[in-house]
Amino acid sequence: MALEPEDVRRAAHLARLGLDDREAARYVDDLSRILEMVDRLQAVDTEGVAPLAHPLDATQRLRADEVTESDQRERFQRCAPAVENGLYLVPRVVE
Amino acid sequence: MQWEAVIGLEVHVQLATQSKIFSGASTAFGAEPNTQACAVDLGLPGVLPVLNEGAVAMAVRFGLGINAEIPETSVFDRKNYFYPDLPKGYQTSQMYQPIVGPGEVEITLDDGSTKRIRVHHAHLEEDAGKSLHEDFHGMTGIDLNRAGTPLLEIVSEPDLRSAREAAAYLKAIHAIVTYLGISDGNMAEGSMRCDVNVSVRPKGQETLGTRAEIKNVNSFRFVEKAIAFEIERQVELIEDGGTVVQETRLYDPEADETRSMRTKEEANDYRYFPCPDLLPVVLDQAYVDHLRETLPELPADKRARFQDELGLSAYDASVLASSRAMAEYFETVRDVCGDAKLAANWVQVELAGRLNKEGLDIADSPVTAEQLGGLVARVKDETINGKAAKQVFAALWDGEGDSADAIIEARGLKQVTDTGAIEAMIDQVIADSPVQVAQYREAAPEKRGKMIGYFVGQVMKASRGTANPQQVNALLKDKLDNA
Repeated sequence: MALEPEDVRRAAHLARLGLDDREAARYVDDLSRILEMVDRLQAVDTEGVAPLAHPLDATQRLRADEVTESDQRERFQRCAPAVENGLYLVPRVVE
Repeated sequence: MQWEAVIGLEVHVQLATQSKIFSGASTAFGAEPNTQACAVDLGLPGVLPVLNEGAVAMAVRFGLGINAEIPETSVFDRKNYFYPDLPKGYQTSQMYQPIVGPGEVEITLDDGSTKRIRVHHAHLEEDAGKSLHEDFHGMTGIDLNRAGTPLLEIVSEPDLRSAREAAAYLKAIHAIVTYLGISDGNMAEGSMRCDVNVSVRPKGQETLGTRAEIKNVNSFRFVEKAIAFEIERQVELIEDGGTVVQETRLYDPEADETRSMRTKEEANDYRYFPCPDLLPVVLDQAYVDHLRETLPELPADKRARFQDELGLSAYDASVLASSRAMAEYFETVRDVCGDAKLAANWVQVELAGRLNKEGLDIADSPVTAEQLGGLVARVKDETINGKAAKQVFAALWDGEGDSADAIIEARGLKQVTDTGAIEAMIDQVIADSPVQVAQYREAAPEKRGKMIGYFVGQVMKASRGTANPQQVNALLKDKLDNA
């Protein structure tokens, strides 16, 4: 499967990556080669094989439902660019 | 043309765990902003999620409560989108292998009949934080306390056919989760939120119409109103030659209408993939069986038992089983007084009426179930008559006595059934009312029934409401007619 520059720009936008035209052209090439690899995998007959959710042959460990964290807001907010009244401030988002 | 609505609901239920689904931060409601958002909830680099067993158990118990399949393996996926209240850039959810498989929920319709609504599946996911759009110098404020709170998303099949049915379904889900104690079900605080899918089609047509999704409808009443509006909008649109477009709409309770939400083109491209930070969750049979043993009697079973064993009407049974608090209250009253029908009557008429009037929930009733049971017991054994019972109820409500017996004793409300005592009062009333007695005796027999009310009233007054009304009636009739 070969990608078009538009596909790359769309994927970059979804991932919030800023690409210039030169980078976009390079990614068209790189990603297309990755997708060729995927095409080869797709060609394998996997009839009757259950999809693998995780490469490790292990299962999720569960933790007890207990509060183990204390309030560290002050520490966390020290590395935030802007805070007010305990809130993290971000560029305005209104739908 | 006759139109049929096809409705499906996605209900998000906040699970009542102590800690978050993937971190040990507290989920308590109402804390100062960001004081319950730890490194995992903030999505700081290098953190790893560890799944909360409490959330798993609650999801499984819900599944067992709706007779759903509980798959041995479930898997968490990442739903990718950018929004500041989701700092990781993805919501950890379950797309392909949810923890709860297909099940069904029984709803009660207005006529007392029941209908089974299929549940497609229910999955675990994390809640996002909250964005505050008030003015922060042109910025948006983010509170991440809610980020990572466990949610169970319950997805119905499109089996609902009217706004009323949808509201009944939401109430049934609410009853189940509160019976199970897996959520406080507080819709005002957002513990239950609902997305609604609505489409219409000509009656009899197989294929589905184009659906609109209404986001975030957060009360039973609004769900019903939003759907009613949306059905009408779609029918009018089609009848005027238009077509329904697949879109997300918002319900505005003040205008009572749904409005199209401007949605970005790529909004639905979530690029789901299995979360590499979480391993598949495998539940062994012993674990599921153990949880099955912890299930309480659920609303549908309770309703059936109230009808079959206690002899209540379908309506009474369904009202009394509708919430766990109501059902427990009723059952205590019944246990204390020993009469299901009397208990049902008192809970639904006197108690519910007063609660309604004062805008109180049954959990906040000033009259305890034990107290009401004690009162109903005295009605049943005819220690007091109906009129005195209402006085006792009012006194209990106002906290003017600890028990019905104490109030009856203190106020001398014990019903007088001693014929001699009642006769003495009647003789006095007759002696004091010569005009009325003469009128009565001159009246035609068919008019006397009405006229006797005056004398009954006087005798009841003389007894301060304690005389047995049936006895008073019979004795009065005897004395007035045969003198």
